[in-house]
Amino acid sequence: MTAVLKHELSGYFHSLTAYIFSAFLLAFVGIGAMLYNIQSAVANFEYVLSFVCLGFVIVIPILTMRVIAEEKKQKTDQLLYSLPIKTSEVVAGKYLALLLVFLAPLCIVCVYPLIFAQYGEVYLLTSYGSLFAFFLLGAALIAIGVFISSLTENQGFAAGITIPVILLNYYSVSLAEHVTATAFGSFAALCVFAVVIGVVIRFLTQNENLAYGISILLIIILGVAYFVDSAKFEGLLPDIMTKLSLFERFYSFVNGVFDLTAIVYYVTVIIFFLFLSVQSLEKRRYN
Amino acid sequence: MIKVEHLTKCYGDFMAVEDLSFEIDEGHVYGFLGPNGAGKSTTMNIMTGCLSATEGKVTIGGCDIFEQPQQAKRMVGYLPEQPPLYMNETPVEYLRFVGSAKGLKGKELKEQVEMVIQKTKIEDVKNRLISALSKGYKQRVGIAQALIGNPNVIILDEPTVGLDPIQIIEIRDLIRQLGQDHTVILSSHILSEVQAICEKVLIISKGKLAAFDAPENLEKLLLSQNGVSFMTEAGQEEVEEIMAKMEQVTDWSSKVQEDGTVRVSARMKSGDLRGFCRQIFFAFAAKERAVLEMTSKRANLEDVFIELTEDTAAGSAAVENETESKAENKEVSES
Repeated sequence: MTAVLKHELSGYFHSLTAYIFSAFLLAFVGIGAMLYNIQSAVANFEYVLSFVCLGFVIVIPILTMRVIAEEKKQKTDQLLYSLPIKTSEVVAGKYLALLLVFLAPLCIVCVYPLIFAQYGEVYLLTSYGSLFAFFLLGAALIAIGVFISSLTENQGFAAGITIPVILLNYYSVSLAEHVTATAFGSFAALCVFAVVIGVVIRFLTQNENLAYGISILLIIILGVAYFVDSAKFEGLLPDIMTKLSLFERFYSFVNGVFDLTAIVYYVTVIIFFLFLSVQSLEKRRYN
Repeated sequence: MIKVEHLTKCYGDFMAVEDLSFEIDEGHVYGFLGPNGAGKSTTMNIMTGCLSATEGKVTIGGCDIFEQPQQAKRMVGYLPEQPPLYMNETPVEYLRFVGSAKGLKGKELKEQVEMVIQKTKIEDVKNRLISALSKGYKQRVGIAQALIGNPNVIILDEPTVGLDPIQIIEIRDLIRQLGQDHTVILSSHILSEVQAICEKVLIISKGKLAAFDAPENLEKLLLSQNGVSFMTEAGQEEVEEIMAKMEQVTDWSSKVQEDGTVRVSARMKSGDLRGFCRQIFFAFAAKERAVLEMTSKRANLEDVFIELTEDTAAGSAAVENETESKAENKEVSES
């Protein structure tokens, strides 16, 4: 794993990727700090972070699009398969390298609240709590980006999928207010979701029977649940959309709440998507 | 060293490899021979753990590649068909990464990197970006990558494809050198290459093992192919008269050339080819007709290969034409 980690890190810092990423992130934070802390003279650095987190839509795909897609394109994945290292170590090494690249500009950002503290009272606990959550939020989004990159060998395609996925997650709470809250609406949406899961499974395993079997099973379960107790489906879709939002949980940190469940949620998302990335890479061995 | 047992690989309905079994001993150069799509790369990918098998077992030095992949992979260096190179790195950086991924550290890593750079003669380009290297050098870096960590087995998938003749000779020399202290397995669809460097040949056709022997022994398989081709100043009738008296001849054909000479090619039953040539020579000499040119045609690996991998009539006819023209070229060059 350390070999992959070192190799990836040197790759990022030899190429422009790490620098472009840092530049973008620091520029976003700089603009935010300018608007909130300097022009509006607000002492809350966490507001800057909540402003900047929309920037993830651009900076995360820059970072993650090539991580696995490029290996497939250059056929270097064959080397990784033939080396005496496990696929999980490859994914872990790559992910840790991405985290370190992400951490580098954040270390610079860490100084900002201290600088502002020189000129007035800054809520340092909330600031650093939010910064920590900001890091976890980014880490979770990177894990999603790594997974999407493992699905394709085209960097552009990986970025093109990652951007709407993050955007959708960002707006899912606002969208939740506009989607149907009726029981049948929720039921229909969940059925569509079950079909999507089936398609993803089919893509990952190339096994049609398994994929459509799971889809049909899920729809049957949903159907039974709907007819038994349709009241439970009332408002379920907006509820799920709010719960799934990674950004929504970050805002509780901004509001000064150190939410442990959010941390557990982020870690779960990270592990889940890294696990899927490993499976996606293993799949190529079994195609 | 390597044991492959009942290996089968299906892609959907297509059987790429079917019930393949063979055993490879330590310290020889082995050649995997087969037409395109015969399953050479698939077999190699499975042997190196890059691909799973549908059925069957591969053990390397006693370790199962599927159950103890780490230990088994440590014993193998693999160069896939397309060298897996990171284009934005220099050979030294790349080899350091591969070495450390194979578990080498510190001084040992440095020594190994130095050693493979010397062995593959990439000293001059070791600090240039791989993307700027020529195809031959890229191939060498790929081989260097396989050599690092001093694995017992080196598997090379079509190592000379796309190289110019000088590079091919250099790579072949390198492979021959490697064969002295490693087990080398290389795949190719070029017969002369396998004949030139391999001590044993596995011929694979449609995913099945068609033959496994030394190249000389494989040629002996087709002794009935032995034939002689000669040119004489005798006329067509005289040739017919003389050939009719030859007992060993199984079939023959003749063609009158523009300058009045006759070109004859004859096949004999198994037996002494030299003796047959003498017989022809003296038979014509007795009639005071000179034999102007004579070439004995042994069955070569090419014939064995075609015989074993023949599938469709059309396909084989095309290959036969090609070999005939090649045989003619050979004769011309010899005369």
